[in-house]
Amino acid sequence: MTVAPDRTMRSMRDWPVVFPPPYEGSRIPTRVPTILDVPAELLATDDVLQINFGPNHPSTHGVLRLIVDLDGEQVVGLNAVIGYLHTGFEKTMEHKTWWKCVTYPERIDYVGYQNAELVFVLAVEKLLELEVPEKATWMRTLLCELNRIHSHLVFLGTSALELGAISMFWYCFREREMILDLYEMVAGARMHTRYFQVGGLAEDIPPGFFPECRTFVEWMPHALDDYLALLDRNAIWLERTKGVGLLSPEDAIALGQTGPNLRASGVDWDLRRDEPYLAYGQVDFRVPCYPNGDVYDRYRVRMDEMAESVRIVDQCLRRLERLEGKPWIADDRKVVLPPREELHTSMESLIHHFKIVTEGFRVPEGEIYVAIESPRGESGCYLVSDGGPKPWRVHFRAPSFAALEATATCMQDALIADLVAIVGSLDAVMGDTDR
Amino acid sequence: MTWDALPGFVELKESFGETTVTIETGRIREACERVRSEGFTFLADIVATDYLGWGHKGVSGYIGTASGRDLNHPSTQGYQALPQLKPKRFSLSYHLLAMRQPPERVRLQCWLDEDEPVESVVSVWPTADWHEREQFDLMGIRFEGHPNLARLLLPDDWDGHPLRKDYPLGGEPVRFSDAE
Repeated sequence: MTVAPDRTMRSMRDWPVVFPPPYEGSRIPTRVPTILDVPAELLATDDVLQINFGPNHPSTHGVLRLIVDLDGEQVVGLNAVIGYLHTGFEKTMEHKTWWKCVTYPERIDYVGYQNAELVFVLAVEKLLELEVPEKATWMRTLLCELNRIHSHLVFLGTSALELGAISMFWYCFREREMILDLYEMVAGARMHTRYFQVGGLAEDIPPGFFPECRTFVEWMPHALDDYLALLDRNAIWLERTKGVGLLSPEDAIALGQTGPNLRASGVDWDLRRDEPYLAYGQVDFRVPCYPNGDVYDRYRVRMDEMAESVRIVDQCLRRLERLEGKPWIADDRKVVLPPREELHTSMESLIHHFKIVTEGFRVPEGEIYVAIESPRGESGCYLVSDGGPKPWRVHFRAPSFAALEATATCMQDALIADLVAIVGSLDAVMGDTDR
Repeated sequence: MTWDALPGFVELKESFGETTVTIETGRIREACERVRSEGFTFLADIVATDYLGWGHKGVSGYIGTASGRDLNHPSTQGYQALPQLKPKRFSLSYHLLAMRQPPERVRLQCWLDEDEPVESVVSVWPTADWHEREQFDLMGIRFEGHPNLARLLLPDDWDGHPLRKDYPLGGEPVRFSDAE
């Protein structure tokens, strides 16, 4: 069965529609797609050493366990074991009202927390068919892009640290600190803000936020130049990242890769541009895409994305400054808490406040899947509501979960030292993987 | 794409701007192969939902009940409308994406009774490997033809499937309880 390639796709290079393995040139293991088996002839030689990498190892970004078979320094077998951070969030959320559920997604992807919160809130709003005010939409866009920079900084700092470039870690965390300060200013919390509410934002944007944010926007491009100067001409960094951990575009799609991992394999796909949500249809940005699918390209995609995110933040700031004094949350009293000051004067408001807090609002019956482009790729939220005050079923499509499915494919022909570079470059957050 | 030409087509539903195509349980892999060859090369997610006790009174974790106000739980009004009944206990949804302009999404869905197996789609999309293992682990859906159907997130010796509705919250065995 052959299918003509889809020519309508805006891609850096032509790539065919994916076939299941074995298709020509696929590197996905054929027995189990996520397990790299030791070749039978090697097993017979008794030279293979099996080691256990993780689950508690500083460079596994949490608790990832890799069972690695080594022939000398060569990785010949690999099996990724996950679940050490499984927390049962999906089950817990079935027992909380919609209103209380908002805090949970943030703890699932705890580095891209703002995007995780957004996808849940967007899904509930879609079920409610709730209109969100313009100001909230732009502020959400701004915070999500700050969060993207934050997430990529953590990626860059830690993966460079693991390859020996210790100073990168300090530089990246210096700028990360600036972002966390901005979050603290807006929401009172540095991470896990719960600033997005069903209907809009929890509070108005505080005075003084715009100048602080502008300082960051002006500073960040210089910081990015610093990173490039430190890494991009660093012979050791280039040596350890170029041509390592290859993933072809066909394999990347077949393995469900999304986000920077997919774009580093030459597939020009970004939900912000291709399925615009929030205000992404109205801002100008470029989607970086690199063709080689190695560790270096995954790093370059994220570097370029940070620069683009700064541009988006800048455009959001300009827009938000014009929206001062506008409402930040929808005016639907059946869903949104009434303003605090009304509680002293209006009986109606008091009743609504009481009902929403004690019983929670009701969400119409239905099922829904909403996907956004989180820093790690397609982050999806599947909701089922039976019309009651609590979700019937919540499920998250975790980009890190899919990213780790590609470890066995990327690790072929790799050395044990590359393992750290490859796992780091896939940028999986274990909370997101295990939920 | 004409959905009713899919193998095992049962029903087409549009809601909240999303397309849901119900497929006969026995022909889901065939249908998946067909949609993939039509350009749906990307499998975003496989998710099962347990509808045990859907719309009934007294399901764990519910304040509102189908029959209306519950005297034992003040300040509840019950459902405003009874939810629509489901054909079988479990629904299994495949969220697919066609990466083209404009992008297209579809949800293929099939319905399963308890202990009813379904054919694996790992041969169609390799990424289904872990998604199916997760649904087996947490929901107890058996995927036939899966190359490695083992628990994924929970320990291998775990009892039961926690996301099922008859698995209570806090239901894991406690070692030193009074009962012993």
